[in-house]
Amino acid sequence: MKQYFDLLMMDYTLQIITLGTAVLGALCGVLGSFAVLRKQSLLGDAISHASLPGIAIVFLVLGVKNNNGLLFGALLSGLVSAVFIKGIISKTHLKSDTALGVVLSTFFGFGMLLLTYIQKLPNANQSGLEKYLFGQAATLLASDVWLMSAIAGIALIVVLLFWKEFKMVLFDADYTTTLGFHVKFIDTLMTSFIVIAIVLGLQTVGVVLMSAMLLAPAAAARQWTNSLSKMVFLAGIFGATSGVLGTAISASANNLSTGPVIVLIATVFVMISFVFSPIRGLLFRQIKLWKNRNDLKLMKTLLFMYNIAKNHENISHPHKIQLLNNFQGYTRKSLKSLESEELILLDKGDWSLTEKGFDTAKNLYTNQS
Amino acid sequence: MEDKIAIAIDDLTVAYNYKPVLWDIDLQIPEGVLMAIVGPNGAGKSTLLKSILDIIKPLAGTVTVYEKPYKKQRHLVAYVPQKGSVDWDFPTTALDVVMMGTYGSLGWIKRPGKAEKKLALEALEKVGMLTFQDRQISQLSGGQQQRIFLARALVQNAAIYFMDEPFQGVDATTEKAIIQILKELRKAGKTVVVVHHDLQTVPEYFDWVTFLNVKKIATGPVAQIFNDDNLTKTYGINYKTSIVE
Repeated sequence: MKQYFDLLMMDYTLQIITLGTAVLGALCGVLGSFAVLRKQSLLGDAISHASLPGIAIVFLVLGVKNNNGLLFGALLSGLVSAVFIKGIISKTHLKSDTALGVVLSTFFGFGMLLLTYIQKLPNANQSGLEKYLFGQAATLLASDVWLMSAIAGIALIVVLLFWKEFKMVLFDADYTTTLGFHVKFIDTLMTSFIVIAIVLGLQTVGVVLMSAMLLAPAAAARQWTNSLSKMVFLAGIFGATSGVLGTAISASANNLSTGPVIVLIATVFVMISFVFSPIRGLLFRQIKLWKNRNDLKLMKTLLFMYNIAKNHENISHPHKIQLLNNFQGYTRKSLKSLESEELILLDKGDWSLTEKGFDTAKNLYTNQS
Repeated sequence: MEDKIAIAIDDLTVAYNYKPVLWDIDLQIPEGVLMAIVGPNGAGKSTLLKSILDIIKPLAGTVTVYEKPYKKQRHLVAYVPQKGSVDWDFPTTALDVVMMGTYGSLGWIKRPGKAEKKLALEALEKVGMLTFQDRQISQLSGGQQQRIFLARALVQNAAIYFMDEPFQGVDATTEKAIIQILKELRKAGKTVVVVHHDLQTVPEYFDWVTFLNVKKIATGPVAQIFNDDNLTKTYGINYKTSIVE
């Protein structure tokens, strides 16, 4: 760890890469939240895969690896795929998953075809295009990171300005229309920024894993809060942390590719969130289930006692614990916890209902029937 | 006495993939009525609301609200969509959803402030949901969710309300509470149009009715036109029932 920090202090390249992956992670987390809530998770995957032919075509046309030019190609081809997907959904009876699947594989297949063709070309420049498949953070330059930061800044401003509109469209687009807002504009704005975020991430994370970068922080953040603003904020933090940690791990260990490590870290966030979130986590839900079941057992025992006690004039008339033997629902422990809640009194081998216990049981009964 | 016309629909035709859903609808809704739209499944009831509200683009036809095109009169119209049309797991609170009713008058970019919050709280109180204002919307019951949607429309303080099956999947208490609010709206001179499924309650709840089955079958006061003849024409089965008696 210390070694890494020393390295971070010394190494300008590492600083640039760390900053780049942090900005990228934050940007993807924020915009990914909208993609997840818009139920467009797969759209991100399709667009990132579909950007491959754009990269290849721009390279074929220019003949050089100009990073911004290639990303522009990726952007165009990603947007074209988005238009195809929306077109297929609205013009045919096909469902969106089918449309996404068809477009994703067609574009990606075409991109791979072009890539293999390029590799056979007698051009010294050709090598290195494969980096867009899985990303190569090490190739990030200061200028790339400035571009990322600038776009992340613009995205942040747009999100803040149109917060109200985004939220409303995400929740209820039809209603938004009736209020006089141009839903298509809001939707296009949102989708455009998601596409831009994907394209910006291609160099670092690559077309194959990019959608995880977009979705994982948002999915993790959703587990921790029921507020949209907190979710978006948390997703940004999770994304940035994944970027920084991922870069640190891949810089500390030899030959670990940065993109996949970042994605794995983000996935760890998701898994932790799924299990440990106090609101929606599996663990908490299971504990609540156990607790409910336990409470129910106690109440069953209490009801049984009530049915015995109500036949007596004095409700706190003591009874032998053995009386409960015919009934499965009691143990030493459950009697103790009933006593601790002051519902019953225990006296050696006898139990008796307290006033509170009697009333509780009585209310249970009336609520049940 | 000729009543003022709140909404006039002319030659409205809607089709999905060449299959007409609404065919040449002419409909005039007088101001101040509480109107039910009834008809079988697939009759185009929800589609009629959505095409009036410009959510669905019709093939042909015009919608006029108080003698001007609907697009210029949006601020006069509030919409309560079907409860099932949104994802209630969305990360937001009851108050937040009701606040959305103020977004139309706020316009682009401007954020809601104290005045808007006050309006939203008043609407929540009207529907009896004030104590649930901070509740995550997925933790509300179906009836409560419907009340939230109603409150969101009330915030708009519109002249005309369109509601798509507000009684679907709500318990009897909520149904009574909602109909009470609708009757108060009518008393305040508002026009309320409700897509409704339960024919039994039409005479009790509404004073105006439109029978719809792709085409408009009939429209008018419940007392005059809610009869076996029109029910038979609309539902296609022989309606000899005790509904009207």
